[in-house]
Amino acid sequence: MWIYERKLEYPVRVSRPDPRMAKNIITQYGGPDGELGASMRYLTQRYSMPTSQAKAVLTDIGTEEQAHMEIVAALVFNLIKDATPEEIKRAGLDGYYSDHDKAIYFVNAAGVPWTAAYIQSKGDPVADLHEDMAAEEKARATYEYLINLSDDPDVIDVLRFLREREVVHFQRFGETLDLMHEYLSHRRQF
Amino acid sequence: MDRAQFNSLLNLQALSFTLVDLNLYLDTHPWDQRALAEYNTTALQYQACRQQYERAYGPLVNYGYSLSQAPWRWAVDPWPWEICWGEG
Repeated sequence: MWIYERKLEYPVRVSRPDPRMAKNIITQYGGPDGELGASMRYLTQRYSMPTSQAKAVLTDIGTEEQAHMEIVAALVFNLIKDATPEEIKRAGLDGYYSDHDKAIYFVNAAGVPWTAAYIQSKGDPVADLHEDMAAEEKARATYEYLINLSDDPDVIDVLRFLREREVVHFQRFGETLDLMHEYLSHRRQF
Repeated sequence: MDRAQFNSLLNLQALSFTLVDLNLYLDTHPWDQRALAEYNTTALQYQACRQQYERAYGPLVNYGYSLSQAPWRWAVDPWPWEICWGEG
């Protein structure tokens, strides 16, 4: 069961419409290293984890990623809501607009829709936790590229928060991997 | 949303983010008593602030985790992605 709290994990504000930046940021909604993939990856990997500790971390980080999806959607929503069709065309977002108007959809920066092939659930806890650590680093790198592309201090502030969370998640997954190795070697001894 | 509501929402966001981060930390450091004490203290503070916010502005959580005055105060604007800063 999940409940919904009607507040963002971090407040979102944008200085002005910027459909070009929306086109880039949407990759963190439905792209290969985006928040949908992150959330789905962790929430589905937890079923085959052998320890309560790993199940807890995957449940909690998978849940936080849902909040990040909402933050990314709020950014995109506010960056395009007041853009004119002319601005949308100039930003190269006209293909997206043709299919979705200004609705929020799961695509990468080039418009390719999300696929479950972005994620893996291997059943091997060591393999899965390594994938999770790599996923956090790839998301961190993506947020850094997005920060490089933006000139809006309000947008950059939100992207920095999301980048920082990837660093924390990487840390927690690393600790979970250490605890998993400990658990597995202990289990082999007895 | 007026300035007073926005500021109390911001305060709730800060408290609840503290809890998210401490929760993840405790998942890998279950024996850290200082972190656990901070988690429990902040959780009580969060519950009190949330109740105070909800009495003034309506429920923050669905499915029975918050009470509502009449009429039903959940299905009202603004939703989190529609909140504009600096209004009012």
